[in-house]
Amino acid sequence: MLQSKFKSLTPRNDVLSFVVLAVLLLVLLPLLFDIFRLNLIGKYLTFAFVAIGLVLSWGLGGILSLGQGIFFGIGGYAMAMFLKLEASTPENTAIQSTPGIPDFMDWNQLTALPWFWEPFHSFGFTLVAIIVLPAIFAYIIGAAMFKRRVGGVYFAIITQAIAAILTILIIGQQGYTGGVNGITDLRTLLGWDIRTDSAKYILYFVNAILLLAVLVAAQYIRKSKLGRLLVAMRDSEDRVRFSGYDVDNYKIFIFCIAGIFSSIGGAMFTLQVGFMSPSLIGIVPSIEMVIFAAVGGNLSIFGAVYGALIVNWAKTILSESYPEVWLFAMGALFIAVVLAFPKGLAGLYETYLQPKVDKLLDKKLKKDKAE
Amino acid sequence: MFADYTWAELGSIFAMQGFSGLILFAVLLLMALGLAIIFGQMGVINMAHGEFMILGAYITYLTSNLFADFLPSLFDIYFFIAMIFAFIGTFLLGMLVEWSLIRHLYKRPLDTLLATWGLSLILQQLYRTVFGPREVGVSLPDWMMGSYALTDTIEIPINGIIVMVITFVITVGVFLFLQKSRKGKQARAVVQNRAMAGAVGINTAKVDRFTFALGCGIAGIAGATFTMIGSTGPTSGQLYIVDTFLVVVFGGAASLLGTIASAFSIAQAQSIMEFFLSGSMAKVLTLLAVIVILMLRPQGLFSLKVRK
Amino acid sequence: MYQQKDFVLSVEGLTVSFDGFKAVNNVSFYIEEQEIRVIIGPNGAGKTTILDLICGKTKSTEGSIKFKGKELTKLREHEIVHAGVGRKFQNPSIYEDLTVFENLELSYPKGKKVWGALTFTRDQAVIDKVNEIAEMIFLKEMLQSKASLLSHGQKQWLEIGMLLIQDPELLMLDEPVAGMSVSERKQTAALLQKITQDRSVLVIEHDMHFVEEIADRVTVMHQGQVLSEGSMDHVQSDPKVIEVYLGH
Repeated sequence: MLQSKFKSLTPRNDVLSFVVLAVLLLVLLPLLFDIFRLNLIGKYLTFAFVAIGLVLSWGLGGILSLGQGIFFGIGGYAMAMFLKLEASTPENTAIQSTPGIPDFMDWNQLTALPWFWEPFHSFGFTLVAIIVLPAIFAYIIGAAMFKRRVGGVYFAIITQAIAAILTILIIGQQGYTGGVNGITDLRTLLGWDIRTDSAKYILYFVNAILLLAVLVAAQYIRKSKLGRLLVAMRDSEDRVRFSGYDVDNYKIFIFCIAGIFSSIGGAMFTLQVGFMSPSLIGIVPSIEMVIFAAVGGNLSIFGAVYGALIVNWAKTILSESYPEVWLFAMGALFIAVVLAFPKGLAGLYETYLQPKVDKLLDKKLKKDKAE
Repeated sequence: MFADYTWAELGSIFAMQGFSGLILFAVLLLMALGLAIIFGQMGVINMAHGEFMILGAYITYLTSNLFADFLPSLFDIYFFIAMIFAFIGTFLLGMLVEWSLIRHLYKRPLDTLLATWGLSLILQQLYRTVFGPREVGVSLPDWMMGSYALTDTIEIPINGIIVMVITFVITVGVFLFLQKSRKGKQARAVVQNRAMAGAVGINTAKVDRFTFALGCGIAGIAGATFTMIGSTGPTSGQLYIVDTFLVVVFGGAASLLGTIASAFSIAQAQSIMEFFLSGSMAKVLTLLAVIVILMLRPQGLFSLKVRK
Repeated sequence: MYQQKDFVLSVEGLTVSFDGFKAVNNVSFYIEEQEIRVIIGPNGAGKTTILDLICGKTKSTEGSIKFKGKELTKLREHEIVHAGVGRKFQNPSIYEDLTVFENLELSYPKGKKVWGALTFTRDQAVIDKVNEIAEMIFLKEMLQSKASLLSHGQKQWLEIGMLLIQDPELLMLDEPVAGMSVSERKQTAALLQKITQDRSVLVIEHDMHFVEEIADRVTVMHQGQVLSEGSMDHVQSDPKVIEVYLGH
C-alpha cells in the first residue's frame, strides 16, 4: 500500500529529472565554472524559485500574476534590511551625523531608525518574515480578488499595478527604503563575511539545496489531490465548485505558495548578490519572471529551473556584448513561446528526447531483470 | 495640509491643478479609448499600446521637423497634419500587428498579454535604434505657446485648451462612429455574436483587423497630443500602460461613459494631490485608491448586470 | 423542522431579476422524497435559472428555497453541495485533462478542504467506491482513459457519476439525454430509475418521450412562471400548456 503510494508520487521520469538536475546543480556547475560565474548562476537560480511558483499558480491553476516581483522583493528586502542593520553598527557609521542607522537614512536627514525597521535587528524575525510576510500579502490580494470571482486578465493587470505602486513607493520614500539605488553595501551575516569567495561557494550550495527542496515541495503539491483539483478548476471551475469545493480557497492557497517561493528566492538573491533594489520588483522584472516559466514550459516544474537559467544566461551574454540585440531577442522570445512553443522546453523535451530516454531505460530494466 | 493657504489661494490652486489634471485626463482618455475598444470589444490585452502612442508622438516629431525645414510658411498648422499622419501610421502598424500576431491569439487573452509585451520590447528597441535613446521634444508654433489669463492668479495654457478640444472631438467621433456608422455597427455585431455576424455576411476577420487598427490609430492621436505636454523617448509609452489599463478596468471595460468618468477621476485625483504631496506619493495614493475600489467593486464603475 | 413533512425541497415565491427583467417570477413548487420531477417549457422559460438559483450559482432577488428545512439562499455554493444538493450542467462539464478515475475521485466526499486535499490518500475505500460508480455509469473499462477521449454520451454519464459518488439527497440534472443516441438514452433512463430509488431528482428535459418514461410529476414553465403542474397526462391536457406549445 505504502509502496504503491510512494510509486504514484514519484514516477520514473520525475525521479530521473530530479537526479539529473541535482547532479547538474551540485556537481557539474560547481566543477565547470569559477566562483564569479558560479555566483552569477546562483543569482539566476534565485529566479527559478519564482518560476516554480508561477508553474504552480499559472500553469496548473491558471492564475497569471504579473506581480511576482512583489514577493521576490518582500523576501529580498527583508533579508537586505537585516544585513543592512548589521552593517550599520555605530562604529562603521561613526562619520554620520546620526551614527548607528543605515547610511541612506542619514543622507536623507533621518535621525532615528523608523519603527518598521526595528524588528529586523533579529535574524529569527527576519527568517520568519521571509516566509510569513509574502503569505499574508498574497492572502490579502488573493482573498480580495478570488472571493469576488476576479481572475484571468483582471487579476494579471491588478497584480501588475500593485507591483508598479510598490516600486514607485520604494523609489519615492528614499529615506526609509534606500530609494532607487536600493539597499546596498551589505557585508556580514551574523558576523560571517558574505563577500568572500568561500562564502559565495557556501551560499551557492545553500541556494541550490533550498531550490531542490522547493522543487520537491512543488512536486508534492502537483501530485497531490490539490494539484489535480487545480487542473480540474482550469477545465471547469463551476464543476469543481458544485462538487463541494470552496474554489476561492484553493486559488488563494496556491497564490500564497507561489508568493512564499518567490520570497525565498528574493532573500537568496540579496545574500548572493549583495544588494536589493526596486529594479527587481517592478513591472518589467515581474513580467520577465513569467517568461522564465513560459520558456521552461508553464506546466513543468523542472522546466522552470532550466527556463530561468537559460534566459538569464542569454540575457547576460547578449546584454554584455550586444546590448541593442537583447531587447529584440527578449521580445521575440515572448512572441515565440506564445505562438510557436506554448509548452516551452518541457514540451520539446517530451516530444523529441523523452521517447528515446524511455527506450533506454526500458532496455536497462529488461537487462537487469534478465540478470 | 491646507492650513498654510488662504481660501482664495486654495481656489486658484484647485483651478490650476484641476486644469493640468484636465490635460492628463485628455491623454489618459485618448489612450484608454483605444485600449477600451481593443480590450472591451475584442478581449485582447494590448501591452504594446503605449508603444503605439509613442509611434504617434515620433511621427508628430518628424512632421514638425519636416515642416520647419521645408514648409516653414505652413508651420502654424503642422500639428493638425501631424495628427492625421500619426493616425494613419499607427493604424497601418495596427493592421500589420493584427495580421501577423493577434489573429492567432483570439480567445487566449493571457497569451495576447505576453505576446504584445514582447512586441512592446521590440518596438522600444526599434525606437532606440532609429531615434536614439534620448528624449525628443517638438517645438510648437507660437500661437499655441501662450496662456490665457483668466484672473490674476489663474492662467490657462493655450495648448491645454487645444488638447481638450481635440480629445472632445475624438471621443464624440469614436462614439458616433461605433453607434451610427456601418463599420462601427459591424464591429459591435461581431463582438456580440461572432458566429451570427459571420452568418449574415460580415467578414469577421476584416472587422477584427479594422477594430484593432482603429484602437491603435486612436493611440497614435493620443501620441500626437502627448508631444504638447511631454517629451518623447523610447520608453515613455511604458510609463502610461499601467495607468491606462487601470482606467479601462476601473471604468468597466465595455462602457465608454465609464472610461470617461474613470479617466477624469484618476487624472484629477492625481493632479490635485500632486500639489500637496510629492508626485510619486500622489500617484501611489491614486493607484492604490483605484485598486481598493476595484477590489470592492470588481466590475468597475459602470456595468450591466446580465444573465449569463 | 420540516415545513411539511414529506417535502425535500420547497421553493416559494422565488424571483430573480436582471436589470428589471424577471427571468424567474414568483415561482413556487415542492418536491417530495424519492420523487422524480421534470421541468419542461420553451426556451427562455427560466428552467436553467431555477437550477442556478437552487445550487447558488445565481442569487435570488426574492423568495425562499428550503431543502430539508434549511434555507439555501443564504448559503455559499459549496455549502449547498455539502447540504446534499448535486447538480449536473447542461453541457457535460467534466475535467478533460484528467482520467475518468481522477474525475470521479475528485468528487468523492473526502478531502474537500485545502489541507485535506493536500494530504488526501487514495485508500481502498476510495478505489472501491470509484469502481462501484464506474460500473453503474457503464464506464468500468474506461477508468484510466483521459476524459477528453469519451463520447458525448459517456461524458454525460461521467458527470452523473461524479454526482452519484457524492450521494446527494437531491439530484438536479439539466438535459441529461441531450445529444444522446437512442440506445444511450435507454441506458440513461434505466440508470436514472436505478439511482432515484433513494433520492429525489429534479430534471430539465426537452425530450417528451424521455419525460414520459421517467417523470412522477411535471412542472411546466413559461416566461419565468409556473404554467401548470401535475402528472404528465394532466399537463398534456391543460389548455394553457397546449396554447403555449401549439398556439399563436
